[in-house]
Amino acid sequence: MAHTIRDTDTNTIARSARTAASQARKTRFKRYLPLFLMMLPGLLYLLLNNYLPMFGLVIAFKNINFAQGIFGSDWVGMANFEYLFKTSDAYIITRNTLLYNGAFIILNLVVAVAIAILLNEIRSKLMARFYQSIVLLPYLISMVIVSYLVFSMLSVETGFMNKTLLPMLGLGDISWYSESRFWPYILTLVNVWKGVGFLCVVYLAAIIGIDHEYYEAATLDGASKWQQIRSITLPLISPVITMMTLLAIGRIFYSDFGLFFQVPMDAGALHSTTNVIDTYVYRGLMQLGDIGMSSAAGLYQSVVGFMLVILSNYIVRTINKDNALF
Amino acid sequence: MATTENKVWQIAGHLILSLISVLCLLPFVLLIISSFTDEQTILQNGYSFFPEKLSLTAYSYLWNQSAEIARAYGVTVFVTVAGTVASLAMTSMLAYPLSRRDIPLRNPLAFFVFFTLLFNGGLVPTYLIYTQYLDIKNTIWALIIPGLLMNGFNVLLMRTFFITSIPVPVLESAHIDGASEFKTFRSIVLPLSLPILATIGLLQTITYWNDWFNGLVYLTEPKLFSIQNILNRILTDIQFLSNGSLGSNASQGFAALPSSTVRMAIAVIGVLPILVAYPFFQKYFVKGITIGAVKG
Repeated sequence: MAHTIRDTDTNTIARSARTAASQARKTRFKRYLPLFLMMLPGLLYLLLNNYLPMFGLVIAFKNINFAQGIFGSDWVGMANFEYLFKTSDAYIITRNTLLYNGAFIILNLVVAVAIAILLNEIRSKLMARFYQSIVLLPYLISMVIVSYLVFSMLSVETGFMNKTLLPMLGLGDISWYSESRFWPYILTLVNVWKGVGFLCVVYLAAIIGIDHEYYEAATLDGASKWQQIRSITLPLISPVITMMTLLAIGRIFYSDFGLFFQVPMDAGALHSTTNVIDTYVYRGLMQLGDIGMSSAAGLYQSVVGFMLVILSNYIVRTINKDNALF
Repeated sequence: MATTENKVWQIAGHLILSLISVLCLLPFVLLIISSFTDEQTILQNGYSFFPEKLSLTAYSYLWNQSAEIARAYGVTVFVTVAGTVASLAMTSMLAYPLSRRDIPLRNPLAFFVFFTLLFNGGLVPTYLIYTQYLDIKNTIWALIIPGLLMNGFNVLLMRTFFITSIPVPVLESAHIDGASEFKTFRSIVLPLSLPILATIGLLQTITYWNDWFNGLVYLTEPKLFSIQNILNRILTDIQFLSNGSLGSNASQGFAALPSSTVRMAIAVIGVLPILVAYPFFQKYFVKGITIGAVKG
């Protein structure tokens, strides 16, 4: 008897608890509904702009048929990949992408740190800010404008190099836009010119953050400027250097499309030294109509790129947890 | 001894930095001078810092074509303003709820945003989805929406700002006072977040002003070209200017077009607003870079 009463009791309690919980859920839902509505446009955009294309990557395993769309086209297995990796293209674009990015990472690092240290040494803060603004200026300009600047230098008939500089040195004309061997240097130079200001700002911020007492103590001990840079500045900004470099290495499979497409003016004769994965994918899709190859190269980039990001972040994390992306 | 060493460092520092500054500026100087040079002089002597003969022909040619240039400018300005405003609205409206500690599904949603930074589909599927399923080709939306409208990085940047700069008790008391979430967001959160709104707004403005990629990929209709798209087109195809797609007077032959100087003049027009505005916004730009690099 007593037993049943207790059972009914617990049942009622459980039931009322359940209604209370669902009531609570309802009010909670009502309370947060406006916040979810606020998020809706942004979440939908990410779904459309980022997630749908991720699923669209399956196109690399298909033979695209525009009438059937991405998800309706017929499967062809690994055919696109076999085709891609049979050509020398896959090797060339991978080599170019890695070598260029490797050179960019090292050179940008050295130049940016050097300029940042000099900017920090300049006693007139007004002048330092002035120099910094100028160095940062190219970072602000679109690659199309950069192509014009490069064109005014390298144009075969009217360029500053061929018409002024080379004759001054007693050298003959160079047809810049058809000689591929110069482009590794040209593109590296343009990349440093355009990108170094950005890193410079980051490193200068790190240097300014160093406690001044270190330098005062070093000066009292008679340390030269050079010694101070080597034993104080560089070691203390090395975490930032490591972090920025590792993040760049994580992106080593991606390249600046504008730099490799616009600046060489899409010249066919230069492809052996200017073709990178991004330009290859673009040309396959937009100019050659070879979507199978193009999508295979794209998937290759997405997957290897993803692994590199994860790996580099893992390394950053083991060095310093705060600097890790995740 | 220390003072002589200091002096040497100061002099050497100024020398090297001046040299670097000159190297950074010279290409722009050459561009601007070229646009003011006489066409014949360029054909003879090339682009030069000290041209023999100056001329305004390029600009007067553009002035005669001003309807086309003005339209492209209009497109650029519209896209930049509309894109930046929409971007700020969407970014902040997504970032604010994610910054709230009490919201359900907070972590899965934050991961949904974050994952877009790690992995992406790349050009081919993106292109196919935007052209096949969303029909964006040759519409003005093509310049605003794909890739540029919002990115996960800015959302997370703004979220961090909201978490660190907006005191929770303020939000709680607004809730107790009966303010709706929208009202709290509009009249408390946004006014307290002007620095981050200005920073991201500035970066977005520059991104939209400079973008040529979307036009290259999604536009074939010259009427919708922004200034950057026109520049992009005439870099390899100067006849684009004279063959009627842009120039209204197609009868004016290619020979009459001062092509070497006109392309430079259009480039000057495209870059001038940024160069002029730069001294005023450079402080905020530097700040934006530092925030972005230090914590993403």
